[in-house]
Amino acid sequence: MKTILMKPMLKRSRKENENLVGYTLLAPWLIGFLVIFVVPMAASLYYSFTNYNMLRAPRFVGLDNYVRMFTQDDSFWISLRVTFFYVLVMVPLRLAFALFIAMLLNTRRKFLGLYRTFYYIPSIVGGSVAVSIVWKQIFGNDGVAMSLLAAIGIEQRLSFIGNPDTAIWTIILLGVWQFGSSMLIFLAGLKQIPSSLYESALIDGANAWSRFWRITIPMLTPVIFFNLILQIINGFRVFTEGFIITDGGPLDSTLFYVLNLYRRAFTYFEMGYSSAMAWALVAIIAFFTLILFKTQSSWVHYESKEGGR
Amino acid sequence: MNVGKRSRVNSLLFHALSMLLGFFMIYPLLWTLASSFKDNSTIFTNAYSLIPEQWGIIDNYVSGWNGIGGVPFGTFILNSFIVASIGTVGGVVCSLMAAYAFARVKFRLSGFWFMCVMITLMIPNQVMIVPQYILFKKLHLIDTLTALIMPWFFGSAFFIFLMVQFIRGLPIDLDEAAKIDGCSKFGVFYRITIPLVSPAIVTSTIFSFYWIWQDFFQPLIFMSDTTKFTVSLALNLFLDPNSYSNYGGMFAMSVVSLIPVILVFLFFQKYLVEGIATSGIKG
Repeated sequence: MKTILMKPMLKRSRKENENLVGYTLLAPWLIGFLVIFVVPMAASLYYSFTNYNMLRAPRFVGLDNYVRMFTQDDSFWISLRVTFFYVLVMVPLRLAFALFIAMLLNTRRKFLGLYRTFYYIPSIVGGSVAVSIVWKQIFGNDGVAMSLLAAIGIEQRLSFIGNPDTAIWTIILLGVWQFGSSMLIFLAGLKQIPSSLYESALIDGANAWSRFWRITIPMLTPVIFFNLILQIINGFRVFTEGFIITDGGPLDSTLFYVLNLYRRAFTYFEMGYSSAMAWALVAIIAFFTLILFKTQSSWVHYESKEGGR
Repeated sequence: MNVGKRSRVNSLLFHALSMLLGFFMIYPLLWTLASSFKDNSTIFTNAYSLIPEQWGIIDNYVSGWNGIGGVPFGTFILNSFIVASIGTVGGVVCSLMAAYAFARVKFRLSGFWFMCVMITLMIPNQVMIVPQYILFKKLHLIDTLTALIMPWFFGSAFFIFLMVQFIRGLPIDLDEAAKIDGCSKFGVFYRITIPLVSPAIVTSTIFSFYWIWQDFFQPLIFMSDTTKFTVSLALNLFLDPNSYSNYGGMFAMSVVSLIPVILVFLFFQKYLVEGIATSGIKG
């Protein structure tokens, strides 16, 4: 009798216990989530419908900020175009290069560890201010690029950074230069492709080209998918490079979206308008993520779940 | 014979190309180092050269270390170290606790909260920066290191995700055995999970340190008092067009700012490589 009564009670108290344990462990993150994320997000949404310069209280203006953004603000469209160009050129180039190098390194040879280290180092330092400063000197006036070209007899009037046609390419190069971490992810992915697939393809007489397109690429699509999402999100956040190397110029050719947002907020103190810009960025990133997820089934190849991943 | 010769040529070609690419990858860093050794007046004569014509090591490092606006560079390094170490310890500990809860504890709404974690992964922090600035301004936290630490301190989605994956890969039998021996959930967490999950902890610690050390956006917005600047912000001061251009000092301090990053990399390379390969974290 006693045990029968005890059992459901025990079970209930254990359940409650798990809730207590769970929320105790989660508490610090939850506090941070509320203070650093939820409250600012809600505030940002509210500010985006107001006129707010931090001197006077926010004044509600409805959709004015959004209307102004889409219909009157040229800089919004310029920065959007610049950022799209950057993301759509840099991310595929970086991933393609990373895959190419990963395939080259996916062999049994000497010094592979050393090469991997060399190729990876730019990824860990690339986002720093120090490297942006160096990039500015390499491609700026009298920098490495100009002095090299001069040494082989090509005199330029404008540096790569001073020329509106090439400035963005120096920043794209800086992005592609950091292909190392993607390369490592691809290397890990390549190692997991069972060699039996390649062996049977060889027996069937498939050449290297079709082995690449029919085995390597499909088997890597989950990795490519994951990388693509992260890199696109990261790409839209590009800021330091544009701020330090080119300061958005010349002629707004490197006016990245976040740089534009930063100026609106902290140069002109248009807090309401910059919040609206921030939400437009959220919408853009959500849109890209959604499209990638929606098209996932048509190009991402997952192994059957039997393996229990 | 023929085949052996061909593979030797192939191998030679492979190494030649790999080394050439390696040189291009490392060149900007070598050039930074070389420029920090060059005399200030000769840095931009034959700028591409890696060998100084006139040496100016001591000048550059001394003038750089003397800092900017009367604030020695050591102050910036100290500020960065304080922010990076407190932010990292807090961030890793809070992430680990949350990750264990998600991976091993069945609590109500855990699925919902995990979805929230993933959403924070998708939203760039630049979106929150304006309200965060306003909030910190109201709390009088602008120009304090607390403002820089806060956004990192409570854990980050990347590390939670990484650690959840890692903990889920651990055999549950150990937990069960410990439970039978009378261990509470906290006991299992402390005695069983934490020791086993240490590779993921190391990986997270390194990345956290890197991200905070190199962060530029948040210090740029939250800090205006030069004595509270971090290394990233201080380097930016060298570029100020209104002050005279101390290029030698700028390159020297750029090198100094990269030394901790490279050192950590050399000592913990294994953890970094594994961490990236398993989680897809961007370094």
